[in-house]
Amino acid sequence: MSAKTLATTGRTAGTGSRGGPRAAAPRPRPGLVRRPGRPHRRPCRRPDWLGGLGAAAWLVIVAVPLYYVLASSLREKSDYLDAGPLSVPHHVVLSNYRTVLDSGFADYLWNSVLVTAATVALVLALALPAAYAIVRSRSRFVTAGFSVMLMGLAIPAQATIVPVYLLITRLHAYDTLTAIVLPTAAFSLPMAILVLTSTMRDIPGELYEAMTVDGANATQVLRSLVLPLTRPGLVTVGIYTALGAWNGFIFPLVLTQSEAHRTVTLGLWNYQGQQGGIDVPATMAAVVLSLLPLLAAYLVGRRHLLSGLTAGFGK
Amino acid sequence: MNTALRRSDGRPGALWAVPALLYFALFAVVPMALVVVLSFCRWNGLGSPHWAGTANWTRLLHDPDLGQSLRLSLLLTVVNWAVQTLICLPLGVWCAGHQRARAVLSTLFFVPLLMSSAAVALLFAALLDPNFGLAHAIGPWLGVDDGNFIGDPHLALWTVTAVVTWQFVPFHTLLYQAAARQVPAQLYEAATIDGAGRWRQFLSVTLPQLRHTVVTSSVLMLVGSLTYFDIVLILTNGGPGTSTRILPLHMYLTGFSSFDMGYAGVLAVLLLVAGTTLSLLVVRVTGFRRMTSRREGL
Repeated sequence: MSAKTLATTGRTAGTGSRGGPRAAAPRPRPGLVRRPGRPHRRPCRRPDWLGGLGAAAWLVIVAVPLYYVLASSLREKSDYLDAGPLSVPHHVVLSNYRTVLDSGFADYLWNSVLVTAATVALVLALALPAAYAIVRSRSRFVTAGFSVMLMGLAIPAQATIVPVYLLITRLHAYDTLTAIVLPTAAFSLPMAILVLTSTMRDIPGELYEAMTVDGANATQVLRSLVLPLTRPGLVTVGIYTALGAWNGFIFPLVLTQSEAHRTVTLGLWNYQGQQGGIDVPATMAAVVLSLLPLLAAYLVGRRHLLSGLTAGFGK
Repeated sequence: MNTALRRSDGRPGALWAVPALLYFALFAVVPMALVVVLSFCRWNGLGSPHWAGTANWTRLLHDPDLGQSLRLSLLLTVVNWAVQTLICLPLGVWCAGHQRARAVLSTLFFVPLLMSSAAVALLFAALLDPNFGLAHAIGPWLGVDDGNFIGDPHLALWTVTAVVTWQFVPFHTLLYQAAARQVPAQLYEAATIDGAGRWRQFLSVTLPQLRHTVVTSSVLMLVGSLTYFDIVLILTNGGPGTSTRILPLHMYLTGFSSFDMGYAGVLAVLLLVAGTTLSLLVVRVTGFRRMTSRREGL
C-alpha cells in the first residue's frame, strides 16, 4: 500500500462522507487517513555497503544466541556436553520439549495465557474510551488527567512494588492471577492511551464534523467512525500490552507464591539451579516454548505494530 | 450518566475518561504516594506497618551498599544510553529502507524483543557458563582465559550491560525505524540536488528529523535502565559480592529477601526521584516539553 494512495483516498473519504449520512464514513481500510496530503518518504534507495556491514554484524550478534537456543533445545544432553555449544545437533530430538511440558510448564503457559488475555482486555476496555475522550472532549479535567498519566511513562514500576504489595494484600488478592493482572494493566495504560490518542488524532476533523452534523452522538461516532479507523492502533496496543504481560516478572514474583499461580517467566527461572547443574537443553526448550506465542502474535500484527509505534513515538 | 454520554454536539463527555483515570490512580498514583508514607514506617511485609519516624531515612546514611548500588546504577544507565543509542540510531535508519532483504532482516532483529528478561537471562547464563558455554571458547580470545565473565567482579557489570543491550536494541531500533520512515523524501531529493553525499544527508536531514525520537527513546532508555532488575537477579543475583547490586535489585532484596519494607520504601523513593529527574532533565535539555509533540515543518 503506497502512501500516495493513502493520502489521496484519505482526502476523498473526507469529502465523500459529506454526501450520505453515515454511509461513507466507516469502511476505509485501516491506517488509511494518515495525515492527508503528506508526501511519502523513502530514506535510502540504493544499498549502502557501510550500513549493510553494520547490519550484518548485528545480525551475527542476534542470530548466534538464537541459533544456540534452538539448536540446544533439539539435542540430547550428552550431545550438548560432548559436542560444544554451537555445533549442529547430532540428531534432532523433541524429548526436551516433552520433559518441559510434563514438568508443569504447560500449567505455567496456561496461567500466562489467562493473565495476558485479561490484561489486554482490561487495558483496551479502559484505554479506548479514555483516549476518545482525550481527543474529542472539551473538558480540561480530562487533559489534566492525561498529563498526569503521561508522567506514568517515566515511573519505574519497580519503585512502587512495596505499596502495590500492600495494596494487593489488603484487597485480599494476594497469590491469585488477578493480583498480577491489576498492576500490570495499570502500568500498561499510559502507553496504550498514548498510542490510541495519536491514532485518533490522525482522523481528519471533517469526518467527525460530517458525522455530528448528521446528528450522531458520541457513542455512534465511536462505533462507526473511530473504532474502524483506529484498528491498527488497537492491534499495536494489544501486542505491546501482551508483550508486557507475558514477559512480566516482578509482579508475578512478588504478588504470587504458590506453584498453581506461577507464570511462564517464574517457571523459566525455576529451571536455573534445578537438579544441581542446569539441564541446558531442557531449559532452552522452555525458553522456546515461552517465546512461541508472542512470536506468532508478532508475525501476525507486525505491520500494525510498526505503524502504531510510529503514531505513538516516531514524531 | 446518560446526559453526560450523549451531548448534543456529539462529543464524548469527561465521564468517558473516568474509569481509566480512577484505575490508574488506584494502582499507580496511590502507590507512589504510599511509598513515601511507607518509607517512614517499619514493616516486615506481614501484619501492619508501624510509624517509625525518620529511622529509615537516617539509616540511608550508614548503608554500606547504597553508594555502590547508586554508582552501579548510574554507570549502567549512562553506558546503556550511549551504547544503545549509537547502535540503534544507525541501525534503525538502515532498517527503514525498503528492500526485501531489510524487511526479512528486521523481523529477525526483533526476535529478542519478544523474549522475556527471564528467558534472556537464562539464555546468557548458559552461553556464559565457563565450563560448557560459548564463553569457554571465546573467553581466551577476548583476554579472559577462564571464560568466567559473570564470576569476575570487574567484568560482571559489563557483561550485564552487554546482555541488556542485546535485549533492548531491537525495541529502540524499531522506534528509530518507524521515525526514519516518516522523513519526507523531498528533503533527500533536495539534498541530493544540492550535492550532499550520503553522510552529509544523514547529518543534515535524517538526524535533525529524528530529534524527537532521540528524546523519546532516551527517556525510555534512562527509565528502563533504572528498572533493569530481573536480568541481573537471574544472571548474577547482585554478585559476585555486590559488584552488580544495582539500586532496584538492592531495593528488591531489602524488601522481599530481608523483609525490611520500610527501608525498601526509602530506596524506592530514591528510584522514583532519580527516574523523574532524569526524564525531566532530558526533556528540558532538549527543549521538548511534551512527549507527544508533533514533528515540525512539512
